[in-house]
Amino acid sequence: MLNLLIAGVGGQGTVLGARLLGLAALEKGLKLRGSETIGMAQRGGSVVSHLRLGEGAHSPLIPLGQADLLLAFEPAEALRALPFLRAGGHMLVADRAVQPAGMPHYDVPAVLACLKRRRPGSFFLGGDEVLARVGGRGLNVAMLGAAAALGLLPFGLAELETALRRRLAPHTIESNLRALHLGAKMAKEGGNKDGNDQ
Amino acid sequence: MAEIRLLMGNEAIALGALRAGLRFASGYPGTPSSEILEALAKEGREGVYAEWSVNEKTALEAAAGAAMAGARALVTMKQVGLNVASDPLMSLNYVGVKGGMVIVAADDPGPLSSQTEQDTRHFGQFAKLPVFDPSSPEEAYLMIADAFELSEKIHRPVLFRPTTRVCHGYASVELLPDLPQKAPEGFTKDGGAWVIFPRLAYENHLLIEDGLEALADEWSAYRFNALSGGGRASKKGIAAGGVSFAHAAEALEGTAQSGAECRLLKVATYPIAERMALDFLAGLKEVLVAEELDPVIELELLRLCGKHGLKVKIRGKGDQTMPRAGENSAAGVKKAIFAFLGLKEEPAEVLNDEAPVLPVRPPVLCAGCPHRGSFFAVKEACKGKKAVFSGDIGCYTLGNAAPLNMVDTCLCMGAGLAQAQGLAKIEPEVAHFAFIGDSTFFHTGMPGVLNAVYNGADVILCVLDNSTTAMTGGQPHPGTGKTLMGKPAAQADIYGVLQALGVRSIRRVNPFDLSAAKAAVREALQESGVRALLFEGPCIALAKKKPALLVLEGCVACGRCARELGCPAIAWEKGQKAGIDPLLCTGCGLCAGLCPAGAIAEGGQNHA
Repeated sequence: MLNLLIAGVGGQGTVLGARLLGLAALEKGLKLRGSETIGMAQRGGSVVSHLRLGEGAHSPLIPLGQADLLLAFEPAEALRALPFLRAGGHMLVADRAVQPAGMPHYDVPAVLACLKRRRPGSFFLGGDEVLARVGGRGLNVAMLGAAAALGLLPFGLAELETALRRRLAPHTIESNLRALHLGAKMAKEGGNKDGNDQ
Repeated sequence: MAEIRLLMGNEAIALGALRAGLRFASGYPGTPSSEILEALAKEGREGVYAEWSVNEKTALEAAAGAAMAGARALVTMKQVGLNVASDPLMSLNYVGVKGGMVIVAADDPGPLSSQTEQDTRHFGQFAKLPVFDPSSPEEAYLMIADAFELSEKIHRPVLFRPTTRVCHGYASVELLPDLPQKAPEGFTKDGGAWVIFPRLAYENHLLIEDGLEALADEWSAYRFNALSGGGRASKKGIAAGGVSFAHAAEALEGTAQSGAECRLLKVATYPIAERMALDFLAGLKEVLVAEELDPVIELELLRLCGKHGLKVKIRGKGDQTMPRAGENSAAGVKKAIFAFLGLKEEPAEVLNDEAPVLPVRPPVLCAGCPHRGSFFAVKEACKGKKAVFSGDIGCYTLGNAAPLNMVDTCLCMGAGLAQAQGLAKIEPEVAHFAFIGDSTFFHTGMPGVLNAVYNGADVILCVLDNSTTAMTGGQPHPGTGKTLMGKPAAQADIYGVLQALGVRSIRRVNPFDLSAAKAAVREALQESGVRALLFEGPCIALAKKKPALLVLEGCVACGRCARELGCPAIAWEKGQKAGIDPLLCTGCGLCAGLCPAGAIAEGGQNHA
């Protein structure tokens, strides 16, 4: 069984990200189970998607300390979700911060440093680069591409491509495919291992 | 080969209902139930009718009509929707149905997106209705067919109660061939059997009680109730229902307790399966109950212990072994079970470094939301005046957050104006506003307007019309001119409705035109009686985005835009210039109108 947690801020596309991973897993013939954050909590709040691939999962929620992979679309959300990640689990973080509206800003470099300290060797995707090259709406899909390219998923880019074509509105497929391959390319090139200290 | 689909629990319920020969479906959107009807409409099955009704009461009544004509009918709502629908529900059980009728009321432990943590299983006891409680999407897919079959057999409606983690959980589900379908028989007058009267109610009350007793017996053989593990020698048992059962099963997996020593009772239907529960309790010394919301299984087991003279200690919410409120987590259930069984959990990772403070992220109005402009205009116009702002249920409840602070009360759907009316009677010197959204206005807001007009109230009604039911994901309603099935419909006109209800002062306001909006509010403040301000601006999920705005060199770092509007697209820290996130900005222009330095302008690029 592979336990996969996606963490982000409402509006970043975590629900769609989890759906695409689920469809790709189905494409591969894997059983799966999971859970979403939908409704009021989505409006700019912290959101997590639990995804459990393969046999043996009863609960739709991953127990603490049992996630094999954490895909975080935002640094603070990565740190918040970190207790779910098991020892030796992998973490991918999009390094672009989303600051809360009308509230004190958090210390982004300190959060990135803490993540690196606690999980050395994690992969940090340059969110600004994704934004500049495919637009911010592609960040979720770029993260999936990066995870696939790093061999952290039980399927590859081909299954993700199929899922994406199946799930998305026709006019958004092209830009999302670009995001997928950009994420994969950035991951293969080693990405921003140290994180962007903005 | 069987088709396997990735389904959200709500989609599984919809497909399961279609498989069972559903003909009629109705409901009102409410998290976590909304996707059931949407999935039904999306499937577009020939001969299946589905509608968004104006509220849960009409939804249930319409479905009752269809079921009286012999069709299988489904009604969907969230738990508080059942409060609205409770009037027809209570008497429908006494009158009965012909076609199977299932009422899905989705509960929201936490609550994650609701105003109460009420438990529909208790509502079932109150209304004397059987309740099905699925523990996973795949179970829900099969169980909904059982619910239709039971309803048709007993000629009474049944409740189906999933919780958030089933509704918004998802799983790979094997789709099965349709069950045998039959055409509705049609309505027959049956000598007045469909007309509720005291005598009929008395006679049927007796039948209802007999029926529930029979079910408590039959349900020991029901496929989704289960007793496992633990032989005669066991002294401990765990009873669980819904998603808590899944958490419990997972916690027990791999422990030595999963086989021999601990019994596990899975409760999927109510009234509780009595023989199975007695088999479970036999010889036990102690039981731990894992369930969310009310201690329903717990109280049922306590009742059975009393009824049968058993000496078993029942632990759960009563002795606070389990939390009395909130959602159960996989970790929380595991912890309680391990403590109960005397097992040791693996120690959590010890972290010696100090973590930086993480941001709090309360839900907020989206960037570009028209409600922000509406609230801000009222706030500005009321500066220096004593005013109370009654709120209602919808996205605009989020107007309560700083820096807007524009929602002083929120009770339930449609309550705002009537509350304001009562407040105004006691404190006539204060200005009383009530905010209500378009869908909520049609749901239960209109009687409040009529009541205020009829009784000569002194209140200002602000209708925030964003042309959709936004909070639940953008469902159509009578004001949108479209139905759930995508068909054009007669478009209800809020202005005209207000006029017909007797409101004499009505102003249409553009929430993004700050000065005109403020002027309209000031004019309304000068008048008395029931006045209405109709703020019209589409939800940003519907509106075409304009190019993002830019902060120019001339920014004086006053932070007024960020401090007063609380727009998530604006970033600002004391002493620094403001910044606009091009990802979030929709170009609504509200901040530009507010900037004292004129330093916010068009010319940015959306990276959409």
